[in-house]
Amino acid sequence: MAFILLPLIEMMTAPSFAMLKETIKDKDVVRSIWLSIYTAGLAALISFVFGTPLAYVLARTDFRGKKLVESIIDLPIVIPHPVVGIALLSVAGKNHWIGELLNQLGIRIMGSVTGIVVVLTFVGMPFYINAVKSGFESISPRLEKVSRSLGASMFSTFFRITFPLAWRSMLVGIVMCSARAISEFGAVVIVAYHPMIAPVMIYERFEAYGLKYSQPVAVWLVFICLTLFLILRILTSHDKEKA
Amino acid sequence: MIRIRNLNIHLKEFNLFDINLDIGTNEFFILMGPTGAGKTVLLEAIAGLIPVKSGSIHIGEKNVTGLVPEKRGVSIVYQDYSLFPHLTVRENITYGLHFHRIDKDRSDETFDRLVENLNLSYILNRVPLNLSGGELQRVAMARALMVNPEILLLDEPLSALDPGFREEIRAGLKKLHRDSNVTFLMVTHDFAEALSLSDRAAMMNNGKIIQTGTMEDIFKRPDSTFVADFVGMKNLFAAQFRETKALTGNLEIELGAKPVNGHGYIAIRPEDIVLSQGELTSSMRNSFAGNITEISDHGLYYEAGIMVGNITFKSLITKGALLDLQLTEGTSIFVSFKSTAIHTF
Repeated sequence: MAFILLPLIEMMTAPSFAMLKETIKDKDVVRSIWLSIYTAGLAALISFVFGTPLAYVLARTDFRGKKLVESIIDLPIVIPHPVVGIALLSVAGKNHWIGELLNQLGIRIMGSVTGIVVVLTFVGMPFYINAVKSGFESISPRLEKVSRSLGASMFSTFFRITFPLAWRSMLVGIVMCSARAISEFGAVVIVAYHPMIAPVMIYERFEAYGLKYSQPVAVWLVFICLTLFLILRILTSHDKEKA
Repeated sequence: MIRIRNLNIHLKEFNLFDINLDIGTNEFFILMGPTGAGKTVLLEAIAGLIPVKSGSIHIGEKNVTGLVPEKRGVSIVYQDYSLFPHLTVRENITYGLHFHRIDKDRSDETFDRLVENLNLSYILNRVPLNLSGGELQRVAMARALMVNPEILLLDEPLSALDPGFREEIRAGLKKLHRDSNVTFLMVTHDFAEALSLSDRAAMMNNGKIIQTGTMEDIFKRPDSTFVADFVGMKNLFAAQFRETKALTGNLEIELGAKPVNGHGYIAIRPEDIVLSQGELTSSMRNSFAGNITEISDHGLYYEAGIMVGNITFKSLITKGALLDLQLTEGTSIFVSFKSTAIHTF
């Protein structure tokens, strides 16, 4: 506990109020924190849209090579972060047909918000899929079968039975995914140094001006993220009591 | 009502082989067999919840083999009742109404009738989480019947209930069936339950139906050693038939008539074997001297094993008879049974 808390508390209490106040007035800081939050949010949204059906299929079906698919999904968790960035660039770069195609479509990955979102989705999606998959697995398939036998189509069954029972795990997945995304640094710094997300800015200030100048930005990032996740947690636990 | 022809199902863990079954309208049909025999798979196939490899399923005149479950008019009640945990009892019962065009007055009337018959009025606004087993079972029944299904499939609906409670629910189930025009198909592995509820049954083992017939047929005239064993025909012996006699071990048993379908087995229900201190002489009876080798307590009755020659007969006796005859292991005793109690197959 102390091992986790001591450095964090030390960092949080180091900058003075005046300094914190000054930092938050800095437009660059606000922009980078905001960028961090909304790119992470977008990554979570993309994971929600594409990860939910995949998680459902993984939870409900059994097929040859399922273990392999699951290992592939977990891969982004184990690869070193800069490697993720390099890997993405090798696909999105000019020497690859996908990169070429993207280029023709006017989509830029290198040094763009799109690039950041792609990276964050890449590292965050496994967390979403795993959380939601176990959520789906905890719902007895019999509930869906009974629903079908009572006249509900597959579609109605999903929205009336499966979704209401699984949405909490989806929220947890979103929290996990965006938490992972906000904390990403290594991969982003390779794909998009600019526009600067908060971790990159903290790193840059540390490099250029030293510890003292990077701390306030870090404090603000931690504080805002903490508040956001706390709100999400409260939202989920609130409903648990009702049910 | 239900007509199944040459049905084959091959799933990863479960297989059904060449299932043929006919169930009449408004019949109460029982499906029996040990765990893993494929009973639940067959129910789910009828409900359309699992893919069929080959064969056909007709409900009424309609071929439903490839039909989606929501269009079949088949309700299912699982062993664990599978109530929707996020809905109240009322919402559970009326769930199916979202998808059926049933006149409001009529559905209200059905709802009131089911709630009254199943005694659910006091829990309508509760969620399933804190209901008792019996309550869950009744809610699941109401939910299944609310949509006026043609067929109700019951997957061991009583096995999760307290034994003392089961009889009452069983009576309720019978009444529910009598009052409706729904065809009931129920899975159970409790033979007493099957006997008290239904007239006809099928016995399954290893994904196949091995005997179909009236309860009486299956109970008294099993056509395989497996069924005989399953229905509690504890006295099951391989035998050779000679005229009206069966030879088993070193015993000669009088059958009273020539066996019509003897394929080498005789079976006698343990409750048909009478124990006495003296030999019972009657032309209809077989009576042999033997020694008691074991007595086991089954709660309401005792089961005695009696060694006659090199064969052990099993007999059911009451506690009273046990005391009257002063039976202990080693006691010499006569076993007697009527020729008509002997089933040959």
